[in-house]
Amino acid sequence: MSNKNNLKGWLYLLPALVFIGIFMVYPLIDVFVYSFEEGYNFASQTYNGVGLFNYSYVLHDPYFIQALKNTFILVIITVPLSTGIALLISLALNSLNRFKDLFQTIFFLPYVTNTLAVGLVFMILFKKSAYSDGLINLLLNSVGISSIDFIEGPYWAKMFVLCFYTIWVVLPFKILILTSALASVNKDFYKVAKVDGTSRIRTFFRITLPMISPSLFYLIITGFIGAFKAYSDVVALFGTDLNSAGMNTIVGYVYDMLYGNSGGYPSFASAAALILFAIVLTITVINLIVSRRKVYYQ
Amino acid sequence: MDELKKIAKENRAKNTIWTIVIFALLIFWSFIVLFPFYWMVLTSLKSYSAYNAEYIPQFITLSPTLENYIQAFTAVPLARYFVNTIIFTLVTTILMMIIVVLSAFAFSRLEFKGKNLVFTAFLSLMMIPNELVIITNFVTISNLGLRNTYLGLILPSVTSVFYIYLLKENFEQIPDELYKAAKVDGTSDFKYLYKVMIPISKPTIVTIFILKVIECWNAYVWPRLITDDENYFLVSNGIQTIRESGFGRENIPAMMAAVVVISLPLIIIFLIFHKKIMEGVSRGGTKG
Repeated sequence: MSNKNNLKGWLYLLPALVFIGIFMVYPLIDVFVYSFEEGYNFASQTYNGVGLFNYSYVLHDPYFIQALKNTFILVIITVPLSTGIALLISLALNSLNRFKDLFQTIFFLPYVTNTLAVGLVFMILFKKSAYSDGLINLLLNSVGISSIDFIEGPYWAKMFVLCFYTIWVVLPFKILILTSALASVNKDFYKVAKVDGTSRIRTFFRITLPMISPSLFYLIITGFIGAFKAYSDVVALFGTDLNSAGMNTIVGYVYDMLYGNSGGYPSFASAAALILFAIVLTITVINLIVSRRKVYYQ
Repeated sequence: MDELKKIAKENRAKNTIWTIVIFALLIFWSFIVLFPFYWMVLTSLKSYSAYNAEYIPQFITLSPTLENYIQAFTAVPLARYFVNTIIFTLVTTILMMIIVVLSAFAFSRLEFKGKNLVFTAFLSLMMIPNELVIITNFVTISNLGLRNTYLGLILPSVTSVFYIYLLKENFEQIPDELYKAAKVDGTSDFKYLYKVMIPISKPTIVTIFILKVIECWNAYVWPRLITDDENYFLVSNGIQTIRESGFGRENIPAMMAAVVVISLPLIIIFLIFHKKIMEGVSRGGTKG
């Protein structure tokens, strides 16, 4: 009986085990192997040595340095800004009696849209072409700023569009999580604060913020992870040739090494992917250590 | 008494200002969220010549035309991309559902040696980013000769450790007594799963299904790696191709028509299921 049960349990798990084994566990080991195989040839699948050359190549590649720089700027700007805006909007939403559902539904809409498709709309809004300076430039002109090409122009203009679009894309998730966190704060605390005549600002810092701090830190951690893996929204705005646009990200660099005109180097791709993983892991651990100290868990 | 009235009045005035500020903020952000959608529909209805004649973009169009939609389906194989995406989405989602249900059942109801160990291993796999495994998967699928096939697109996406975990938690909330009673009656495990557990957990299963459909519909990276034959492109790759070479590059109204067509299915699903989707995502979905 017990043997039969054992077999049955494994049988139910079998499909999952097969797929996870082939497409998750094996690749996970393999990526380390690749990253140490020097001079790997994709066509013959041979290599001529083992060592750290791939890492050193990647770390000295100007394209990688550019990608690293872009990714870090994107992370440093969008994570605090998007979390802050999401908090502001969620607080506003939470204070509503009517229309709350309507606004919530509208704000969530970008979550279900195709990043590539809507990115194209953003590109058109910001792009300066031969026919037209585009809508955004028109707005800028009306306040006395001359037109800028946000898509093929100066670096900071491009970075601005990228950050703006990234925030637009990530905000729905953050607003959703924060509004449900705010809604679950015990109303009695607010009543007591009101009776005591506590100011709104003090109530926010002394009651609201500590009560929602677990969700806030969850968002900051997932926000960091997500922003470090930015790729498809960058492609949506600047096209697939990100290196020549100077807007590549670390993930973009990994894929470029793997595939396309510059591709065919899974070893370099693996080394870059592992460097990314190390960065994300370090930041997550730092976040967790900080949150241990600051977050109020009930 | 007058004093009190004065304070009440001041408070009311303060509250009114506060409400106005809040509504202004919310309406402003709604505008930023909705405007790109408006602009995409608007542009798709302008004719090519009208659009290019507008140095200052117009906020309304007086002569809407559907010619861009016709062009979107004739000048580029948009219908092909669409069919591919539907096949990919449905097959992947259904296969994943079967695998997830079977595993969740094993973890929540069956007793076997090594169960806890495997479950812990599964959980730790949730932390592995896709970027790490995609490199070898690309090589594996290439070596199997499965590039530019549906199978190559589908196979790596049919498991999700996270959804197994989500459904297992849900299955465990079903009282054990039901299972024991069914065992006494001689009901087989599979029949019990099919007749009792799945119907009871239907809300969660539907939520997982919808979330996976959204994920599949928007898939970009894996399909881009594994297909370079246009006949196997999904909509995301299709839109990228359209951007880089379709419609002679400058036909923005036609491009926008394609964008509308691609976005529409998910927006319809969202309008129907928005409560379920938002509830499912707030229970622990992440984007990407």
